[in-house]
Amino acid sequence: MKEYGRFLFRCFRVSFAGDWRYQAWMTFLPVVALLGLNAYAKQLVHGLGVTGMSDQVSWGLYIANFTFLVGMAAAAVMLVIPVYIYKNRELHDLVIFGELLAVAAIFMCLAFVTVDLGRPDRFTHLLRRFNFPISMLTWDVIVLNGYLLLNLHICGYLVYCAYRRRTPSRAFYIPFVFTAIVWAVSIHTVTAFLYVGLGGRPFWNSAIIAPRFLASAFAAGPAFLLVTLWIVDRYTDYVVPPKAFQTLKSIVTLALIINMFLLVCEVFTEFYTDSAHGVSARYLFFGLHGKNALVPWIWSAIALNTGALVLLVTPLSRRPGLLNLACLMLIVGIWIEKGMGLIVPAFIPSPLGELVEYAPTLEETLVCLGIWAFGLGVYTVLVRITIPVLSGRLTIDRLYSPDYTRKVPVKLEHHPDTAGSHP
Amino acid sequence: MDPNSPAVAPPSRRSFLRGAVTVASGMSAAVAALSPLKELDSSDLPTLDAFLQKHYLELGPGEMQAALERIRNEVQKRWDVDPVVRDVRPREGVEFVYALNLSRCIGCRRCVHACVAENNQSRAPELQYIRVLEMPLGTTDVERGNHHYDHATVPDALHYYMPVQCHQCANPPCVKVCPVEATWQESDGITVIDYDWCIGCRYCEAACPYWARRFNYAQPEIPAEELNPEMSYLSNRPRPVGVVEKCTFCLHRVREGKMPACLEACPVGARKFGNVLDPESEVARILREKRVFVLKEDVGTLPRFFYYFDERYPRPADEEDAALGQETAK
Repeated sequence: MKEYGRFLFRCFRVSFAGDWRYQAWMTFLPVVALLGLNAYAKQLVHGLGVTGMSDQVSWGLYIANFTFLVGMAAAAVMLVIPVYIYKNRELHDLVIFGELLAVAAIFMCLAFVTVDLGRPDRFTHLLRRFNFPISMLTWDVIVLNGYLLLNLHICGYLVYCAYRRRTPSRAFYIPFVFTAIVWAVSIHTVTAFLYVGLGGRPFWNSAIIAPRFLASAFAAGPAFLLVTLWIVDRYTDYVVPPKAFQTLKSIVTLALIINMFLLVCEVFTEFYTDSAHGVSARYLFFGLHGKNALVPWIWSAIALNTGALVLLVTPLSRRPGLLNLACLMLIVGIWIEKGMGLIVPAFIPSPLGELVEYAPTLEETLVCLGIWAFGLGVYTVLVRITIPVLSGRLTIDRLYSPDYTRKVPVKLEHHPDTAGSHP
Repeated sequence: MDPNSPAVAPPSRRSFLRGAVTVASGMSAAVAALSPLKELDSSDLPTLDAFLQKHYLELGPGEMQAALERIRNEVQKRWDVDPVVRDVRPREGVEFVYALNLSRCIGCRRCVHACVAENNQSRAPELQYIRVLEMPLGTTDVERGNHHYDHATVPDALHYYMPVQCHQCANPPCVKVCPVEATWQESDGITVIDYDWCIGCRYCEAACPYWARRFNYAQPEIPAEELNPEMSYLSNRPRPVGVVEKCTFCLHRVREGKMPACLEACPVGARKFGNVLDPESEVARILREKRVFVLKEDVGTLPRFFYYFDERYPRPADEEDAALGQETAK
């Protein structure tokens, strides 16, 4: 126990050490997070009226970001599956990066639902009267928190074992890994069911939403991991096996193709049928009665996703720069698709046919950016701690030194077996 | 520092100072970020009693009295008005139903105003439970209705008028989705909200197919002289910021034999209300005899709010009807 406290303390100290890029990044993030906190304080004082939401469009950017990030969290398993189901041992350590992403993403999800509450002071009511199993929101509370615990356990255990230089006992984590795989699918499915189950919102009331959620998440999440691993590989001494990039790239490409296919299915159904149910889709893609606030969003999402797909399926993406660009494009494209393309249009027109548009306010945007900064900060710190542990330089029997960010001058003659060095 | 140096130097004065400065500036930045909270008045914050209060359905008689007393004090403090705050329970053997005669409604919106006055709805920002749609003749598609018609006089000859408010569904999607059971259907069919329990997630707003629910995006403002001092816990007492509210068929009135405020305000008698379990009631007769329909029947909500048209021409004799039916069946 004492040893564990020492481990945490060392981790805490490591999280402050890094080169100038790391320092700049870790200064920038708290500044943005505090701007967000400031905007949230204003929202607490004046109510949700400081956002662009209304009785017509009663969910906006907060729930959109929440939905997107549930997907990111779920997508962490896309690294786990090749390792544990297809026994791809080479990628074993990389699983941890995926699970750390899941942890950070769930933190962001919980923050986004909290800022969306009109009465966050009453959140304990969830513990005192819980409408389970009728309300899908209660399912979401359970699956998200359960997923958070699972991932905290798995990566916490593996990292601590690496720190203690012990071989992890399979019984302590393999069952959890397999639970997490199924659980990951459940978090995004349950989140889709939040929307799909509402008969009064025809735009959501479609069975394709859940599969589309999963497909888009399995494109955006691994794309984010790919960019992260590229940064890790390039700027730290941790060597990411090239096979990891290959695996991730094929997952991203396949998921993106499936996502685009499902989008085509949906667009066809909405427009060819020409029924009254398609009115939100018409508003989204082409505007309605001269109102077209969402039109630029959805077409840029489609352009970004198509562009990313072209890069991914052609040899262009063999160049790391373009591969990263493709990943960033599709992350942004899918973010728009989930937010401005899926959450907001379901409210326009309102169930009584009123056309009220939605545009986020500055405060609302700052709160969102603040939560993103907070989440990216959490992820950065977690990765920052994990790398020296996995490469064997932050272990129980090594004397503490915060200065192991630079990859070149480090000599590892003490433990060549555990350390990686960059070729 | 050489990572493999045999000893760890204790933190130097320089690094200690640097750490201290970082921590101090971080703390002060966090405090500065939270500074808008200073604007919060102590009266804006929930009192300890309110914070610890149980769910409406769990309140014992004494606890209910305490809650009503607390609400009374809050109203007194804020508006300097002495209200009567009661907890009005449903009666046995009653199921309320509303029927609205579309042949009669002239779209004057008097019901909207009466509702705002009776139910202490926020004047700023404006919040109303009833929305009157101006519909072109020849359709019942709400998407073709005009929400913001503004003629010098009503009715307009080329339109009819369709007021929409909470339909008090027998299968309410809003109740189903609430994660904390802050909203439920009472035995007389009225769906209510415990404003002291709602967490403001607005899932119910997303679920309602009739756009019947409203959220308090800001602290509701009501002039003291317009405050209705006859209040009840589940209906028209002033609502706090950040919670959802809705039409309750004026339960504090109808459970004591009065009519809803919107009905009393209607100048043309388009609104009918009563206990559908009583076969002699006007609404029971309307459901038996009139050409009645409900909005969005396909969503399966089973509304207790019915629209109907008066017949404007004599009905064919029943025998002819039957004969015609048999003819068609062949």
